[in-house]
Amino acid sequence: MFPILSKEPLSPTITRFVIYAPYIAKKRQAGNFVIVRVIETGERIPLTIAEGDPEEGSITLIVQAVGKTTKLLCSMGVGDHLVDVVGPLGNPTEIVRDSVVACIGGGVGTAELYPITRALREHGNKIYTIIGARSRDLIILESEMSACSDYLFLTTDDGSYKRKGLVTHQLKDLLDAQVEFDAVYAIGPLPMMKAVSQVTQHYGIKTYVSLNAVMVDGTGMCGGCRVSVNGTMKFACVDGPEFDGHKVDFDELIKRNRTYGDFERESDRRYCETHTWERQEVVK
Amino acid sequence: MSLLNPLKPSERMKVPRQESIEQPASERKENFLEVSFGLNEERARVEATRCLECKNPVCTEGCPVGIDIRSFIQAILQKDYVGAVKKIREANYLPAICGRVCPQEEQCEAVCTLGKKNPAVAIGKLERFVADYEMENGLFTVPEIAVRREGKIAIVGSGPAGLTCAAELAKLGYNITIFEALHAVGGVLRYGIPEFRLPRKILDLETERIKALGVEIITNFVVGRTATIDEFFGEWGFNAVFLGTGAGTPHFMGIPGESASGVYSANEFLTRVNLMKAYKFPEYDTPIRVGKRVAVIGGGNTAMDAVRTAKRLGAEKAYLVYRRSKKEMPARVEEIHHAEQEGIEFLLMTNPVRILTDANNWVVGMECQRMELGEPDDSGRRRPMPIPDSNFVINVETVIEAVGQAPNPIIQSTTPGLNIGKKGTVVTDDAQRTSREGIFAGGDLSRGGATVILAMRDGKRAASAIHEFLSTKRTNHEEDSPLYTNPYCQYIS
Repeated sequence: MFPILSKEPLSPTITRFVIYAPYIAKKRQAGNFVIVRVIETGERIPLTIAEGDPEEGSITLIVQAVGKTTKLLCSMGVGDHLVDVVGPLGNPTEIVRDSVVACIGGGVGTAELYPITRALREHGNKIYTIIGARSRDLIILESEMSACSDYLFLTTDDGSYKRKGLVTHQLKDLLDAQVEFDAVYAIGPLPMMKAVSQVTQHYGIKTYVSLNAVMVDGTGMCGGCRVSVNGTMKFACVDGPEFDGHKVDFDELIKRNRTYGDFERESDRRYCETHTWERQEVVK
Repeated sequence: MSLLNPLKPSERMKVPRQESIEQPASERKENFLEVSFGLNEERARVEATRCLECKNPVCTEGCPVGIDIRSFIQAILQKDYVGAVKKIREANYLPAICGRVCPQEEQCEAVCTLGKKNPAVAIGKLERFVADYEMENGLFTVPEIAVRREGKIAIVGSGPAGLTCAAELAKLGYNITIFEALHAVGGVLRYGIPEFRLPRKILDLETERIKALGVEIITNFVVGRTATIDEFFGEWGFNAVFLGTGAGTPHFMGIPGESASGVYSANEFLTRVNLMKAYKFPEYDTPIRVGKRVAVIGGGNTAMDAVRTAKRLGAEKAYLVYRRSKKEMPARVEEIHHAEQEGIEFLLMTNPVRILTDANNWVVGMECQRMELGEPDDSGRRRPMPIPDSNFVINVETVIEAVGQAPNPIIQSTTPGLNIGKKGTVVTDDAQRTSREGIFAGGDLSRGGATVILAMRDGKRAASAIHEFLSTKRTNHEEDSPLYTNPYCQYIS
C-alpha cells in the first residue's frame, strides 16, 4: 500500500501527488517512471516520477485526468493509498554536460521534463525551455521550470497565454536567431515530439524524446510497448522510454496507441456516469 | 507383497487406469473453470491399487524432485490421504500445483513398471487427489521447523523455482524474503498458466502455505531497479541470493506487420487475462481485444494456453499455426488433446510470413506458407522447409505469437560478475551456483524455458547448495572476496 502524503492541483485537470514509496524515492533518477495500480480491479499505468525525496521516502507524480484510471486517481486525496507502485523503471535520461540545450514540454509532458531540466541544470548546461499547451489552463510548472532554465518561453495553441502558436514555432525562431543547440529534450504528445524531431533533424541536433507507449508490466515482459526505432523493434519500458527522436517511427506508435481507444472511452463513460467529475479550482 | 493391497500383481494389471472427471468440452470452451475435476476418492483408491509397489521404485527416479511415490500411494491405500500429502510435501512443497501442471507422462509415469505393458499408474492424478483432499477439508498443518538457523536469504522471483527454494530453506530454519516484481505472487503460475488449468484459489492457498513457514513476500519490487543484488549483500544484509526470475521476455518472429494493433505476444495476451483479469472488463479496467478470428503461432504449452484462452473469450475461429507436424509439438499431449476437443483448428506445417494490415495499422489477415519436413536439425526434430509457391492468407483480426521467451535481462545487466549464456541465461553448475559467490540461480532463468517441475527441482537443489554454502561459508572462502569465481561456471559466448 502506498499512501498519498499530499495533493495539489496544478491546473483544472492536472494534479500533483506526493506518494510514500521509500525504496523508489531512494533510487529514482531523472527519466525513470513507475507503474501504478490505483485499486484492486484497476489497470497498470506508467507515470513518470517528477521528483523524489529520499529523506521523506516520497516520490512526486503529476497526473492529468484524461480517462477512468487517472480521473479515479485525481479524485483521491491525502490518507488514501494506491494499491501498487513499482519502480523506478526505464533507463534514466542521458544528461549532457556543459552544453546548450532546449527543453521542450507539451501539456502534462512538462511534468516529465521537469526532473530532466533540473538534472541538466545541475550539469552546467545553458537551458532554453519552451512549454506549450492547448490553452492557459494546461500550462503547468511555470515557476518551477523558470527556476531551472536560463530562458523560458511559453506558447498556447489558442493564444490564451503568452505566445499564440506551437512549441516548434518558438524553437524555429531560436534556431533562426542562431542559437546553437547541442541537444534537444522533447516530451509531450506524440505529434508534438514528431514535429520537434522533424525540425531538429533538419539542423542535425541530437533530440531525445520520451515515448508513452501502452504498457502492462513495465519490465519487458509483455512487449505491448514495442516501438520501431531505426527500423528495429524496441520495448519502450526497458530499452527506453527515451529514444533518438530522429529514428522513432511516430506514425506507427500513434496508431498503436489507439488500440484500446474504444475500451478507454467505455471505461471513462461508465466512470463518469456514476461519479461526479469536476474540474478543480487552481490558485495560480 | 504388500499387506495393504488386496490384489495380486497379475490382478492389478487388469484394473483399468482411472480417468479424471472432466468438464465437457462444449461447456468449458465458454468458461474459465478448471477443465479437469481430477479423480474422486473412489477412483483414486482404485487407481492406487494398480501400483505394483516395485522394490526398486523407478518412478521416484523419474521424478525431478524425487517424491517417494510408492509410499504416498501406499498411504492412499490405507485411506491416509493426509499422510500421503505429507509424504509428497517432504520432497515437493507444492503438490496441488504439480499434480496439475507436471508432464508426468514424460517423467514418473514414463518409467512406471506397470506402464511397460499397460497404461502407467496415474501418479499425477493421485498427487492432485490427495493435495485437493487436504485443501478441501482444511487439513493442512504447517511443518514443524526444528531449528532456527543464522542466515538471511533473498529469493528473487516468486515463480515455481523461487517458491520451492523459499519453502525448502524456510523448513531448514532460515530467514527468507521473496521479492516479486509484479503485484501478485506466483510468477508464470500467475500470469502465464490460465485459470482453467490452475485455479487462482489453488495458487493463493499454496502461497499462503509458503507464508505460513514464516517467509516474507515483498511484491512490487523489481530487483535490479528497486534495489540491486550488491545492495542486498550490502545494506540489506542478505547472506545469499537465489535468482528465479524466469524467462519473461517474449520473442517475436520478426516478420512484417508485427507492430500492428491486434498483434500480441502470448505473454501480453495471457498476462492481460490471467494477472489483470481483462476477461472481466469493464468490472476490471484492463482491456483485451480478442476479435472473432484469432491465430496463435507456436506449438508449445504457452501456445495452447493462449489459443484456448482466445476461444473462451469468444473467438469464433481460433487457429493454432505451427510450422511442423503435431508430432513435433513441444506441448503436453493432454493439452493438445484438450485444445482439439475445444474446437481449436490446427494449421500444421504452416509458417507465417507476413501480417497484413489496413491503413490504420489494424490486423486484417496473415500470410502463411506451407512447409514440409526435411532433415533433422540440432534439436533432433525434422527441420521444416518452405514449399515454393504455397503461400495463402488466413482471415484473422488477432495474431498471438507464442514463439518462445528469453530471460529478462534486468538482473544480469545490473549484477557484475554473473556469467551469462548465449541466450541470456545465467550460467550455473549442477548445484545451481552461479559464477558469483553467494548467488544461486535456477528455473527458466538458467534453462531458458522449461517446465514448472524442472524449475522446482532447481529451486530445491539451490536450497541444498545455499544451506551448504551458509553452513561452511566461514571455512571455505575468505569473507569479502568479490573476486571469487566458480570454476564450474565457465563463460559461454
